[in-house]
Amino acid sequence: MTMTTKTGIGTVAEQGDRAPARPSIPPKLRRYGASIGWGIASIGLFTAIWEILWAVGWANPLLLPPPHLFLQDIPTTLGYFAQKNVIGSRGTGNGLTGLLMTILWTTTRVVLGLTLGFVLGVAVGAVVHYVRIVRNLLLPTILLLAPISPVAWLPVAIFVFGIGDVPAIFLVFITVFFAIVLSTVSQFESVPKNYLHVARIMGASEAQTFWRVILPAILPSLFMTLRLNLFAAWMVVLIAEAVGVGTGLGQITSMARATFNAKLVFFTMAIIGVLGFTFDWALRYVQSRMLWWVAPNQGGRR
Amino acid sequence: MTEPAIAIRNVAKTWTPEGRPAVHALRNLSLDILPGEFVVLLGPSGCGKSTLLYMIAGLEGVSAGTIEQDGIAVTQPSAERGLIFQEASLFPWLTIVDNVAFGLSVRGVPVTERRAIAVEMLRSVGLGDMLEKKPDELSGGMRQRAACARALAMRPKVLMMDEPFAALDVQTRSKMQDFLLQIWRDSGASIILVTHSIDEAIALADRVVVFTARPGQVKTIVPIDLPRPRPSRDARYHQYRDLFTELLADEVDRAFAEQEAL
Repeated sequence: MTMTTKTGIGTVAEQGDRAPARPSIPPKLRRYGASIGWGIASIGLFTAIWEILWAVGWANPLLLPPPHLFLQDIPTTLGYFAQKNVIGSRGTGNGLTGLLMTILWTTTRVVLGLTLGFVLGVAVGAVVHYVRIVRNLLLPTILLLAPISPVAWLPVAIFVFGIGDVPAIFLVFITVFFAIVLSTVSQFESVPKNYLHVARIMGASEAQTFWRVILPAILPSLFMTLRLNLFAAWMVVLIAEAVGVGTGLGQITSMARATFNAKLVFFTMAIIGVLGFTFDWALRYVQSRMLWWVAPNQGGRR
Repeated sequence: MTEPAIAIRNVAKTWTPEGRPAVHALRNLSLDILPGEFVVLLGPSGCGKSTLLYMIAGLEGVSAGTIEQDGIAVTQPSAERGLIFQEASLFPWLTIVDNVAFGLSVRGVPVTERRAIAVEMLRSVGLGDMLEKKPDELSGGMRQRAACARALAMRPKVLMMDEPFAALDVQTRSKMQDFLLQIWRDSGASIILVTHSIDEAIALADRVVVFTARPGQVKTIVPIDLPRPRPSRDARYHQYRDLFTELLADEVDRAFAEQEAL
């Protein structure tokens, strides 16, 4: 039915503006449709293989419950999510708000950590670049600390900040901070010399040159660094929640592991996957809005 | 006698790279640029002609000698001495009109006024339709014209160009030369253009300053005594061509020999 209608519209359009004989869909819409179509096909294939493995008895439903099992009993599953951001809160039975609140708390930690890490990272990077003594004093330490896995900071975070939101935010912060500092320092050096020459000839002050030439010149690469570290940030927030916070999606996963609740594990994993994807998409959207001059195939957009 | 717009007296430039012998880029160079004059600096690669441009602009200091603009020593860059590079170097985060208005906004000219000036400048270089485009959306020749408009918006007394058309294809190049002569006449500024193309020098210059190989000095100054436009079919054009080819051949040989010796 739908097909015939579409062809009908296509034919009318052809007569109107003498378009080529095939029904014309705008290329943008077609590309969009194609990418959604392939997305569905990809996830569908993955799910199908999993379901088949279950159907022939190779995947133990207790250990690897396929999607139709772990998505089957959502009300019970949702019962595990607490509304309050307090350790030891019980699931209140009103599942959906519990789930949303849990997601909200975890997301807030990620966003706060990323924002702090980005802003402070750029600021420290700028100071390191401009002030020689700071550079000489800080850079060796930063180079030493940068390769340490954020997870290794977990005990430190708990020693210093105790149990609660702060250690999780701190871990996300640490994940992006060093990368942003180092990226800022190296980006400063790669600003095209001619941009700086133009600024000097036009009589721009140091501050004008920084805010109006250097910062916009390095922003796309910094944003790329932020996006590359986004997944690491999601990883550490879950670990921090499991160990040092006691609430959030990480804690649910940890609890599900301890109680051998495979359905809850996979349900939470699905939520985390969707969240991570949404975050990356949102950052890409912000990038295309704020950094409009970066062409779609530059600056590492996928 | 008219006062020169730019007076270059006994200028030298020496680079001292760490752990290596000093490089003498320019030695004892003197040259006057008159107001409204079109001067082309011609010479083999690495003869220091671009370095001279950067020193006149105030982006590089002199190692010896003085450079004066209207009798005042050049110590720092100024928009009165505009400089155009081989790449247009427009800011990709600004639209074309905002790029042209950048210098005025730095100077604190109100939004409506600077926009009006930028629009006028872009019209005069034939980019009146491109105001809100991104630099990426323009062709190489258009970008270079926008860079000219950006420099001209500051009403420079001297416009310097460092091989501005080297990255363009031949057809665009000849169009850009016509365009350049037109803005030169309209603006009344002196133009100092660096090139290694003999044809470009003959097509554009009032006077061609031929450089020696490094260390760069003025080898000779040749006034081009032809009415513009200067079609390359003209017999005298060929005489100039032969003259410059000969003058440069020695220098290119010397530059080569020096590189071989390294």
